[in-house]
Amino acid sequence: MTEKERIRILMGKSGLDGHDRGVKVLTLALRNEGFEVIYTGLRQSPEPIVRSAIEEDVDVIGISCLTGNHNYLCSQMLKLLREKVVSDILFIVGGIISEDDIPYLKKIGVDAIFGPGSHVADIVKFIRENVRD
Amino acid sequence: MGESKSFNNCQEGKEFKTRSGIPIKEIYTPSDLKKWDYMEKLSSPGEYPFTRGINPASERIDWRISQYFGFGSGKSTNEFLKYVLSQGAQHLVIAFDLPTQCGYDSDHPMSHGEVGKIGVAIDSLQDVENIFKGISIEGRSMSPGGSNGIGPIVLAWMLALCEKLGVSPGKVRFSFQNDPLKEFISRGAYVFPPKQALKFAVDVVEYCHRKGFELTSPIMFCGYHMREGGASITQAMAFTLANAVAYLDELQNRGIKVDEFTGGLEIFLTGGEDFFEEIAARRAFRRMWAKVMKERYNCRNPKRLKAFLQEYTMGSRMTAQQPLNNIVRCTIAAMAAVLGGANGLIVSSYDEALGLPSPEALRVALRTQQIIAEESGISNTSDPLGGSYYVESLTDEIERRAMELFERVQEMGGALAAIENRFYQNEITRTAYQELMDIESGCRTVIGVNKYEVENEETVKPMKKVTFAEERKQAQSLRKLRRERDNDQVQSSLMRVKEAAIEEVNLVEPILEAVKLYATLGEICDVLSELWGRYEQGGI
Repeated sequence: MTEKERIRILMGKSGLDGHDRGVKVLTLALRNEGFEVIYTGLRQSPEPIVRSAIEEDVDVIGISCLTGNHNYLCSQMLKLLREKVVSDILFIVGGIISEDDIPYLKKIGVDAIFGPGSHVADIVKFIRENVRD
Repeated sequence: MGESKSFNNCQEGKEFKTRSGIPIKEIYTPSDLKKWDYMEKLSSPGEYPFTRGINPASERIDWRISQYFGFGSGKSTNEFLKYVLSQGAQHLVIAFDLPTQCGYDSDHPMSHGEVGKIGVAIDSLQDVENIFKGISIEGRSMSPGGSNGIGPIVLAWMLALCEKLGVSPGKVRFSFQNDPLKEFISRGAYVFPPKQALKFAVDVVEYCHRKGFELTSPIMFCGYHMREGGASITQAMAFTLANAVAYLDELQNRGIKVDEFTGGLEIFLTGGEDFFEEIAARRAFRRMWAKVMKERYNCRNPKRLKAFLQEYTMGSRMTAQQPLNNIVRCTIAAMAAVLGGANGLIVSSYDEALGLPSPEALRVALRTQQIIAEESGISNTSDPLGGSYYVESLTDEIERRAMELFERVQEMGGALAAIENRFYQNEITRTAYQELMDIESGCRTVIGVNKYEVENEETVKPMKKVTFAEERKQAQSLRKLRRERDNDQVQSSLMRVKEAAIEEVNLVEPILEAVKLYATLGEICDVLSELWGRYEQGGI
């Protein structure tokens, strides 16, 4: 795969959630799959996450949240993306996402949700099949 | 998938290993314990090196049945607290929400959406008063949960609460977690940078010692969070001990000999991955602890040589898939903790991977312990697995591996160095990554996740979520408090906190004065961060 074709992913943690095991191992696993992955570190506000995603020209934003604040954080980030008229970034969420939040997340524009026990292979497949040109 | 695989973990190439990677033989016999000396390796329960437990044999197996909970406002946690007490919990561990743990008030922009979510929101003494309304605290055993980055503030809240209730703080069995170092390694509920955080935490230890609070444990050295973050049991044991040494060295620098320290010291561990390894590890840890206390600090006081183990079964082992299976996982983990000689235990709720626990799940968690304690007969004799060829061999090997890693940390300059050069973090991430790969490849079985899956299963609904309405209510009452208190006095008390920090003296007294005037958590952390900064973690 050439540099140009390489899918670029920004993995982020927003809010005060410090559970970063999942996001770190997934960062490594996705790199291992040939993706170019940046991980922001903890406690990033929605603004800097969206800003770096645009600056870094990523294809995918992956947000990890285990504290139940996903609805708010995702809606903020998706709002910022819309304001900047960015529609070609795939937006994925992982973590402890309760079943009844899924319709809301889908409605605001989250492309996929991967809860506990998700397989890396499924995440990889989803990204490869859905990244927008 | 994986139906044709046999039921053991990672046995491609017929390799049998414990979860931390120790090779396992097909059988253990007396030849495995050839040079093994009973008195040196085990001795009696309650005797050095405490392999068989810290209590005398006459106490058999006995532990503190604990429960962790808390959410929303002080008022909602108060109602729940009364419920948990009515169900027979002996030790209460109160969860704080993230803004509280991270030193932000509920109306700070960073707090938005997090208020009351994973624990109770505390902005000031007022919330603490609400939590404990109508509950007698004298003689009670309890742990104000997330007191890590903000240890002295939490201590001050408890002291002020005691004063309000007319209870001597020396008569309450407080256990403060107060271990900020592990927050830089996993979980990330840090406030100040590592060096200042360490000193801030030791202020609590020093203060409790000088006040003679013998029943209080002012610090818990935590391996729990590292395990949840992916550490193997040997890594968690080695790093926990290395962190403990960093705090205790600082205490000695303040002129308090570890051996003369009056209060309690607790170790917070978790387990649940590998039954026999977990049991052996606890026995090994007590031996390591006793040796380090004896050799490094010349301790003679039995209280200091004994590692008091507070345990919590691993939440990260709870699966969202087929959640009732988690009750079985918790039972196995709890049995391992008890057989390993845990002194306090919290069992996870089976719905933990789905959100806040339901009252039913909390009750099952409590009943799991009660069944082990009162029905199973497991607790009838001390260290029932002592002398098992397998368990003793594992105990020795785990101790050897963990001590080697502990020494490595000492050689690189101790815990602070291992945090700053990211040794800890890299080691743990490497282990966590390997585990993920093992699960992905099916080499490691997680029932319901990569084997025996069920299609379209119905999930158990967790308890109702904390809403923004509650966050707004919390912020409103905070604003009301700020209007109604004596703000001139609050400001001068905050100045005194700052002056004390500049003079580098113990901060508990000035913080206590500020807390009693209803200075908020955020205000206190802000004056300190003007001097120390707030820690920022980079990415990878």
